[in-house]
Amino acid sequence: MFKIVKRETMADDTVVLNEIEAPRIAAKARPGQFVILKANETGERIPLTISDLDPERGTITVIYMVVGKSTALFQTLAVGDGYQDVIGPLGKPTDIEKLGKVVCVGGGTGVAVLFPITRGFKEAGNEVISIIGARNKDLLLLEDKMKAASDQLHVCTDDGSYGHKGFVTEVLKDVLDNHKADLVVAIGPVPMMKFVSKLTYEYNVKTLVSLNPIMIDGTGMCGGCRVSVGDETKFACVDGPEFDGHKVDYDGLMQRLNAYAQEEKAAYEQYCRLHQTD
Amino acid sequence: MTQKASKKEKIPRQPMPEQAPEVRRRNFEEVPLGYSPETAVKEAQRCLQCKKPACVTGCPVEVDIPGFVGQIAEGHFENAIQTIWGKNSLPAICGRVCPQEIQCEGECILGKKDQPLAIGNLERFVADRAREEVACEFPAKAAPTGKKVAIVGSGPSGLTVAGDLLLKGHEVTLLEAFHKPGGVLVYGIPEFRLPKEIVACEVAGLEKLGLRIECNNVVGRTVSLDELFEDGYDAVYIGVGAGLPKFLNIPGENLIGIYSANEYLTRANLMKAYRFPEYDTPLAKGKNVAVLGAGNVAMDSARTAMRLGAEKVRIVYRRSRDEMPARAAEIHHAEEEGIEFYLLTSPIAFVGDENGRVVQMKCLQMELGEPDESGRRRPVAVEGSEFLLDCDLAVVAVGADANPLLTQSDPEISLNKWGYIIADPKTGKTTKKGVWAGGDIVTGQATVILAMGAGRDAANSIHDYLTIGW
Repeated sequence: MFKIVKRETMADDTVVLNEIEAPRIAAKARPGQFVILKANETGERIPLTISDLDPERGTITVIYMVVGKSTALFQTLAVGDGYQDVIGPLGKPTDIEKLGKVVCVGGGTGVAVLFPITRGFKEAGNEVISIIGARNKDLLLLEDKMKAASDQLHVCTDDGSYGHKGFVTEVLKDVLDNHKADLVVAIGPVPMMKFVSKLTYEYNVKTLVSLNPIMIDGTGMCGGCRVSVGDETKFACVDGPEFDGHKVDYDGLMQRLNAYAQEEKAAYEQYCRLHQTD
Repeated sequence: MTQKASKKEKIPRQPMPEQAPEVRRRNFEEVPLGYSPETAVKEAQRCLQCKKPACVTGCPVEVDIPGFVGQIAEGHFENAIQTIWGKNSLPAICGRVCPQEIQCEGECILGKKDQPLAIGNLERFVADRAREEVACEFPAKAAPTGKKVAIVGSGPSGLTVAGDLLLKGHEVTLLEAFHKPGGVLVYGIPEFRLPKEIVACEVAGLEKLGLRIECNNVVGRTVSLDELFEDGYDAVYIGVGAGLPKFLNIPGENLIGIYSANEYLTRANLMKAYRFPEYDTPLAKGKNVAVLGAGNVAMDSARTAMRLGAEKVRIVYRRSRDEMPARAAEIHHAEEEGIEFYLLTSPIAFVGDENGRVVQMKCLQMELGEPDESGRRRPVAVEGSEFLLDCDLAVVAVGADANPLLTQSDPEISLNKWGYIIADPKTGKTTKKGVWAGGDIVTGQATVILAMGAGRDAANSIHDYLTIGW
């Protein structure tokens, strides 16, 4: 069992942070890599990108949003409980080097994934401008940590309840108009990554996106996470999870993410019904 | 019960009792039900007890077949299992999944005039009986050597190496990337062909011998080979399987509803998606299922789809029936269960709907031309033969390549041009000192028993290394 040593709820209880004992993974993981978690014997294998790690304490931190049965099950785990299985670190680490000026763009829970990468680029000596967004102020994640890891932090909310009212792409456009960026890293919902990439393509700025498709093993064995990148089919678990944002087929990715929408909805509804009557 | 030699051939091959096709095609229970002791004895009495048994030469691990069959014929079932265990530590598995018709049974003299001895069924009988009715008494362990061996991958070759080295007195740890041990026996081969309880029992037997198992350890990511040596292991065996699914590289292959066989079977078997929503992993249920390929994995996929409620399941294969690589029993079982065979048919594209789900497959009719490099007649497209096949779920089961995750993490491990590990064919030694490899990651996709054979050779070589030197 992989014990939960710290648990926090964020953003109106729909987003949960777990710090988990996994010394081997904590010693090995690099920014950009992910783990697969399975709560119990009947559970699903769910990939989550590592949000933070503490090699000394031997822990990793993941942040997830409750969206279905599996994450609802994760939500029931308290400090002292644990995941039956945690596998990793998986995927290729982010290629962090000194480039000059890096713009980090995050939306929703994508900010949790963006944070260690932002910190990595900052520590490598880059000037880092970050833009984070959420639907509203309550759903905004890791503002303080992102502020500390960046030279400049811009905040947006869709409803204007905090920071700039509107999408991250609007602020990004402004930043790109005023700065010569060497790299943009965009992590968040697929539409956000799609529109960020569209914009940076116009500005001819190299862009990295981190994908989180449906997967089983995370080691290249099943091919369930395949995604079209340029003319090639790539496996996000071993070839990624980061890819050239200008080459990813976002529409195909979105369709594949919805492959089990019906089954997931039915399972979640059944789960919610059962737990209401408890 | 003894019969004269002249009468022996007159006993017909004893049929294996099975679940009726119309029943089993919709359940996941095992298909063959196993011999009764009476049937096993009767079948065993058919053996001619050849002086130079050809069957043994057909067995990759050289099980003393006339020996254990003779013991069954005499009713000494406990002795029979000891005879098998002398060469094969996983008989309940091999009795079920070996391609006997091209191995032991293919060589059986009885088969020249009549049907060969049912060696696989007898092996299964003895192993099941040992598991269910007799307390398993493993052979005695040698004195501890104090040497530690790490085995990467817990499939058939890894389990064989583990069993052999434990008996020779070494400390053995099995490292498995998945959350359950067993490799292809657990994620690949379906419940109806190899009940998972049997694999769990074989693994538990090894644990009783002292085997340590670490699941969730992706060697190459979680730890490197060098770190294993730093952790105090004296030798490492790599038996990770092939593990990289091949796709057809035809248009539309990333549509929803198209699975690699690895994904389809892993969801169904390891993740138990056939029991969704009791188990949380879902699996699409097709009405019109097309399985591309005609090996054992293709048959397993097709029969799984049928059990999940498909209306039509079609095996689509570009060559003819004679070239189908699956075990004869699997093809026979699939046909009995109503799987249709579209032979000499080659898919060229998938067609999707507006939601990106596959709805049809574009195919070409083929005919057989001149033999190709594999010696099989090359299929050639018939001009103007293009047609559409309805299909809302497709499983691509055309084999696997070498998964680079581990092999590329250590430059001292030399690979051939296809990415498989170069290992000495006799010993399994790789180009890195202290590291052996065997099974599909060396040979390319093959059978359980060949992987076990490679494991046996490597275990002997590892033992020599640990007691004598590289």
